Amino acid sequence: MNEPALEAKGLHKSFGALKVTDDVTLRLDAGSRTALIGPNGAGKTTLVGLLSGTTRPDGGCIALHGRDITRAALAFRVKQGLVRTFQVSSLFAKLTVLENIFLAVSENEGASGDLWRPAGRRRNLIGQAEGIMERLHLTNSRHRRVSEIPYGEQRLLEIALALALEPKVLLLDEPAAGIPTDEVGVLFDAVASLPPQIAILMIEHDMHVVRQFASEVYVLVHGRVLTVGPPAEVMASPEVRAVYLGTSGQSRFAGGAQGA
Amino acid sequence: MLYGVSYGLLLCIISIGLVVTMGLMRVVNLAHGAFAAIGGYLAMGLLTPLGVPFGVAIAVAVLAVAAFSLAVERVLYVHLYGASELDQVLLTVGINFIVVAGLTLAFGPNVLPTRLPPSLATSVDLGFRSFETYRLIVLAVGVVVVAGLWLAFERTSVGAQLRAAVDNRSMAQAIGIDVPRLFSIAFMVGSALAALGGALGAPLLPLEPLYPFKYLVLVLVIVALSGFGNVKATVFVAMFVGIVDTAARYFLPDSGAFAIYVMLIVLIVWRPDGLFSRRSPT
Amino acid sequence: MTTDGSPFLERHRLRPLEAAWWLMALAFFFAFPEYLAVATSVLVMALFALSLDLLLGFAGVVSLGHAVSFGIGAYVSALINLAGWHEALTGALVGGAASGLFALAIGPLILRLTGLPFIMVTLGIGAIIYEAANKAVWLTGGDNGLPGVTLDPLFGIFHWSVFGQTGYLYVLGWLLVLFYLCRRIVSSPFGMTLQGVRENPERMRLIGAPVLRHLVTGYAIASMIAGIAGALSAQTNAFVGLEVLSLNTSIDGLVMLVLGGVGRLYGGLIGAPVYMFVQHFAQQQWNPYYWMFLIGGLLIVIVRFSRGGLLGLLDDLLRRVRGGVP
Repeated sequence: MNEPALEAKGLHKSFGALKVTDDVTLRLDAGSRTALIGPNGAGKTTLVGLLSGTTRPDGGCIALHGRDITRAALAFRVKQGLVRTFQVSSLFAKLTVLENIFLAVSENEGASGDLWRPAGRRRNLIGQAEGIMERLHLTNSRHRRVSEIPYGEQRLLEIALALALEPKVLLLDEPAAGIPTDEVGVLFDAVASLPPQIAILMIEHDMHVVRQFASEVYVLVHGRVLTVGPPAEVMASPEVRAVYLGTSGQSRFAGGAQGA
Repeated sequence: MLYGVSYGLLLCIISIGLVVTMGLMRVVNLAHGAFAAIGGYLAMGLLTPLGVPFGVAIAVAVLAVAAFSLAVERVLYVHLYGASELDQVLLTVGINFIVVAGLTLAFGPNVLPTRLPPSLATSVDLGFRSFETYRLIVLAVGVVVVAGLWLAFERTSVGAQLRAAVDNRSMAQAIGIDVPRLFSIAFMVGSALAALGGALGAPLLPLEPLYPFKYLVLVLVIVALSGFGNVKATVFVAMFVGIVDTAARYFLPDSGAFAIYVMLIVLIVWRPDGLFSRRSPT
Repeated sequence: MTTDGSPFLERHRLRPLEAAWWLMALAFFFAFPEYLAVATSVLVMALFALSLDLLLGFAGVVSLGHAVSFGIGAYVSALINLAGWHEALTGALVGGAASGLFALAIGPLILRLTGLPFIMVTLGIGAIIYEAANKAVWLTGGDNGLPGVTLDPLFGIFHWSVFGQTGYLYVLGWLLVLFYLCRRIVSSPFGMTLQGVRENPERMRLIGAPVLRHLVTGYAIASMIAGIAGALSAQTNAFVGLEVLSLNTSIDGLVMLVLGGVGRLYGGLIGAPVYMFVQHFAQQQWNPYYWMFLIGGLLIVIVRFSRGGLLGLLDDLLRRVRGGVP
């Protein structure tokens, strides 16, 4: 009985006449490290939206640990362990870094219904939040408002919130987007140090990262799954190269193959 | 029945301006009724007693309000575009307060009696019922105005620009439509229409200083139900509301007043974007 | 592990300046015994504004119908009083409970909406309830209201005098207790959750927060407090009229709150005295309608320039005095 952590079958989504997701089937096993790649506009973010529940599919079904969640509410999915991050950070701008993480921790621990005890006295929650902050090297900005920290740190905070929720399936939408290259290491270290039994799906453009991180790669083009397979195979595939023809992707692939 | 229709048309005239404002400028303008009141008071309270002929008084009042509203728009409303709902509510309520206070100071706190010129205060016998001439006039004017607006909206280029801007403001700006100027024009027209409604309707909807607050809910109901920007729908909704309200008050004198509000709540909860919203789900 | 510097996590700490308000309120009792009746009304409105602050300033819910909660509390406590139950404290609690129940009943339905549709619904509900009360003369006394609310001595000892001494301290006591309650709530994890809901409801859902449930809870508490305020109004005026349910009252509360500063808990407590003072003063000294000019003008000024109301101005001032160091 090896049910997948997350499984989607035959997902469809159209916006008006535009078909954004076309019969997508996807399977994430527990502990898997999967990358989702494809040219811009292929529908990768939409797919993550369908899986996480921020967008409703027109057809198909989604199951989390074998349980159908196609019609399930956002908050429910999160409580069941399905967590996503955003390509464009969505945070609580007027709260500080520590407070943002505290919120997520508090919600995860079920403390958000506590009306009486001052938040500042909840030592265990604060401790947890601080632990997560340290892993992502955000401790120096702990008391700064989100609207005041650099974009790179906001991206790290986005990941921190996801970690605070103790996910079982984690969907990362271009987590490194906007982070200066010298700080990217912190992020991927944090991702790498996640418990091995979590299933992680990452939308990425950087092929180096894909090769290092993923054991399986889905290639999405015009909303359809073009091919699925291990990174080396996918990147050597002529079809996939054809898709990236003419763009800087050619050199990315070339670089990836040589840097093996 | 006629009462309902004329009432409805009147409400429609007043509401259309607000529909465009809310749909286009995305501003909760609770002070719209104030412009109607000002128009009414100017025409009935100032000009007519001075001996100005009825029709002329109304026309002058409308123009005066139009000019006034332009000033108000440039000075105050510009800052509301993109502001939070709370801010919009507060500012427009503030304007309401000031207008109500001003009207009370100028005209006293009681209902302003409006006298129709003798030529209009007659009845016309249409065979099965006799109707007050004035209501027929209101009907006629209402139809002309609405038809005129319809044409303007659908056929002229300004109308087309307005429709484009309501649908998608940033796109409209991107293709070169001068949106701020459009706003000013739309606001001016909307306020002028409100004034027309206030002035024309004075014999039917009595003028008192609290006029802006009194009809506030009703006008907002119409605007909300027609989807904040859908002018065609406004016509139908206003008629509908006018008829339903009149009918309900007539047939069920005890609970008549409720009918509208209950309908509002039910409909808004069911379709938050209004009955005819064309907005695609985002 | 410190939380210093974290605005939220430090919220529960008392600030010395706060005591000033309460001391002044107490001093007023001794200094101006002839104005106690008016001052009691001010305190009642301050409590109403406080409840609105919870709803608007913390949960971010813009309602133009909060007077409904106030009015329900007023009428319910008046009715049980007229039916024979003359104890003051429980009378107020029952009024509050009635409003709270009302909120729990309609909250789940209307709090799904936001923005303009929501404002409209609150207006509509306010209008319906007002009309209903107007028509139900057998219950509410219609235009004439419900006179004759009489109370047993408080705690069996303090008699209610015409001069309003017991009344003033009674309401001040309630205000203190409920204010403390609000303080605990807004500095709790729930309070932080409400703020999160206000800022970014979508994100809250993505943290797994049951947003609707949190909003309903916040609304119910705010409604309950407003209900108690209404009950206090009925008790101290010995009368309830339709005015308590009107749009006017809702707007009054909103203006008072904004005047003082939204989201600071003390906003309503500052705004209410200022508003009512202006109203009272302007009505006596000048033409009865001048005060509307003033208030209208103030609203416009606040929206344009001073977002945080009077308390916001005070904050700015203090910051400048301290040389810009928080």
